[in-house]
Amino acid sequence: MQLARVIGDVVATIKDPNFDSIKLLLVQPIAADGKDVGRPLVAVDSVGAGVGETVFFVRGKEASFPWHPIEVPADAGIVGIVDHYTVPK
Amino acid sequence: MILARVVGTVVSTQKRPQFEGAKLLLVQPETPQGEAKGPTLLAIDSVGAGVSERVLVVLEGRAAGEALGKKLSPVDAAIVGIVDQLECVE
Repeated sequence: MQLARVIGDVVATIKDPNFDSIKLLLVQPIAADGKDVGRPLVAVDSVGAGVGETVFFVRGKEASFPWHPIEVPADAGIVGIVDHYTVPK
Repeated sequence: MILARVVGTVVSTQKRPQFEGAKLLLVQPETPQGEAKGPTLLAIDSVGAGVSERVLVVLEGRAAGEALGKKLSPVDAAIVGIVDQLECVE
């Protein structure tokens, strides 16, 4: 998993039917120091995250597990909202 | 599996139910020589690791899910060992 900031939402009308009623969010992965790392990506949301929140997301087939047995064709999924994280110096 | 250093802890209340009771740690992947390499990752801890320890991390969903011991867990990384000693000849 990786930490990320939710930086936007995505609306798509024409899409794979298995995405129906699933929220798509734009996330920017961040490093432990809070700085952006890598490119933003689109992730499916199963925990009710929103723009501005820090979340953690899973990559790969496991992103679709929250909707099992529906096989959502996603490769990234938000699976938790971060209350806080600590990185001791 | 990769080598990594535990660098922090994460607290989350709103999360998938499979994460209930699981410890989430921030890990920084490292080279065998101990240099940081690549982005910080978030891993489930199944061995009782702590900050600043060097650990073994699996980066694959099925293996990570087994470390958590719950079916259909949406995880892709888990700490599966604490490194006592490592010798690298190159």
